[in-house]
Amino acid sequence: MIEAPLLEVSGLTKHFPIRGGIIQQRVGAVRAVNDVSFAIRKGEVFGLAGESGSGKSTIARMVVGLYRPTAGTVHFDGSDVSGLIGGRDYRKQVQMVFQNPGSSLNPRRTIAQSVAVPLIFHDYPKAKIADRVAELLEMVELPRNFAIRYPHELSGGQKQRVAIARALAVEPRLIVLDEPTSALDVSVQAKIIDLLAGLAGELGLTFLFISHDLSLMRNFCSRVGILYLGRLAETGSTIDVFGSPAHPYTQALIGAVPVVSDEEAALKPSIPALSGEIPSPSRIPKGCSFHTRCPFAFEPCRQIDPEFTIVGQGHEARCHLLEERTATAATVPVSPVERSAHP
Amino acid sequence: MNAPLLDVAGLSVDFATYGRQARVLDGVSLQVRAGQHAALVGETGCGKSVTLRAIMGILKSPPASIAAGSIGFDGADLLTMPARQRDALKGTAMSMVFQDPMTALNPVFTIGDQLATIIKYADRRMGVRRDKQGRKQRVIEVLDQVRMPDPERIFGAYPIMLSGGMRQRVLIAMALLNEPRLLIADEPGTALDVTTQAEILALLNDLVAARSLALLMITHNLGVVREMADYVYVMYAGTIVEHGPTEALFERPSHPYTQALIECVPKLSGTSTFKGIDGTIPDYVDPPVGCRFRPRCPHRHDACFERPPNVTVGANHVAACWLRQPAEEVA
Repeated sequence: MIEAPLLEVSGLTKHFPIRGGIIQQRVGAVRAVNDVSFAIRKGEVFGLAGESGSGKSTIARMVVGLYRPTAGTVHFDGSDVSGLIGGRDYRKQVQMVFQNPGSSLNPRRTIAQSVAVPLIFHDYPKAKIADRVAELLEMVELPRNFAIRYPHELSGGQKQRVAIARALAVEPRLIVLDEPTSALDVSVQAKIIDLLAGLAGELGLTFLFISHDLSLMRNFCSRVGILYLGRLAETGSTIDVFGSPAHPYTQALIGAVPVVSDEEAALKPSIPALSGEIPSPSRIPKGCSFHTRCPFAFEPCRQIDPEFTIVGQGHEARCHLLEERTATAATVPVSPVERSAHP
Repeated sequence: MNAPLLDVAGLSVDFATYGRQARVLDGVSLQVRAGQHAALVGETGCGKSVTLRAIMGILKSPPASIAAGSIGFDGADLLTMPARQRDALKGTAMSMVFQDPMTALNPVFTIGDQLATIIKYADRRMGVRRDKQGRKQRVIEVLDQVRMPDPERIFGAYPIMLSGGMRQRVLIAMALLNEPRLLIADEPGTALDVTTQAEILALLNDLVAARSLALLMITHNLGVVREMADYVYVMYAGTIVEHGPTEALFERPSHPYTQALIECVPKLSGTSTFKGIDGTIPDYVDPPVGCRFRPRCPHRHDACFERPPNVTVGANHVAACWLRQPAEEVA
């Protein structure tokens, strides 16, 4: 069945100018996001994974309309919203939950006041606000009397629940979750993820989930995109990307995840550990941006930026090795390295 | 088996808060031997950092006070030895790798300055004479050992010029400067990306193994524990609830808290359930009577109002829980 995606991002690019000198001339640019395209269908949880500096948060901010893209478009439910900075209707459809619940709630407002902010902004009838806040707190499984408390009286997990309640206030269709649990302990994280999964089912929500935690992504997302230096290195269904990662970066990333059982360790691709760190987005390497750290880099990688190669149904990766494989063998390659059990 | 280098026994620490006493550590015992990689694992607020600070002797007092117990280091009790003698051990025989590579370095001094100063003061305490050139030589030697590219250049660099991973290497170098016998690492690599973290952990592992140091690492990441440590202490609300060899502990977690904690970690196999743990960590001023995990434990019963016994459930594997039966005597 072909259904129009709820969110479609195409060719999204964001460059931040670097200014210098006495007249603040433009001397360079931080190329935070480069030509990123993906689509999210209704009811889906799409995950964007990547290390710091990979452009995850910049994409999130462009999707919710906090940044204007340098190039490319964001389509929501068929209409172009990329220029709509501050568009009221769009703001009602898309909400965001930020990473640090400690700083995303105003310490001088009670929980009820914070949750009511989007309601007031969208002209919700004043008389009904208190009831709506109580209903929202119930949805995120917080006691009603939390309405009169202040953020400092709440634990990290409880604050994140409040932030979720606030995002739900205007009945959005898409929620952008920017590392919603990275500041929380695992026992609290599990509860929050459980809550989000429940709400998604109940309210028919769609999530754009941003995280650096691959194990979490494996369990929560239906499809994922792996970002490296502002570019998508690989996209596909979670099962495909984790089961047969095609891009060396994806393999290295999954291989580096510390796990808690032998069973999981056996699932990790064995690939030599990456050396060095992610280069600065203001000096992106020529050719394939990953070639400086890639254990398999060969000549073309230093010159030509690879295009996407289709490696499976809805599963694509940007790597010269895959192009080679498809050119020599007609079959679809699974991975450039043989997968073997981790010692 | 050799005698433990670090031997913490029955350590209790109180904090005075607004006239009330909070028992933040309640009878914590742990041992680390030379060559052993021990991990202390637990969630936010369980007392990991207090334990570490008590060992290093950097607890702020007041509000903290040590109510009971001893901290043995190489056979001598750190808590009763003269302050001068203890100070001589800090940063020399025992040293610490700090957590946050972004804030643990002073931004206005070069890396070389900061590392050389540590040597200078350590030398003074130890009564060693070494000139400026000698100190520089030692700093460069250690920077090289932590596989820092171009140590001569890094010596003159400011922290801002280095990436997160490089700064973490500097912090490791800092801890190794005076050839310690015990290394305490506070959440090593947590602030870094996974690929960089993997590299740093491998480096730390190699350095510790090559010198057969005793390593005590503190972390909330069970995955890191499994990959780095050979012996694990699980801490909950100021008490050690379970300890055992890494493999046994992950295979047969015996305390309900350890079981729940392992359950909570998202699995790469995609089989996580996200049950979480109900409730929150207790108030230390008025902790639950008996087992501190009782209010959150799915298996609680009447016996849990008494302090649980330390039950040996396997070789060197102990769980503080009423549900456990002692294992058959292991030969």
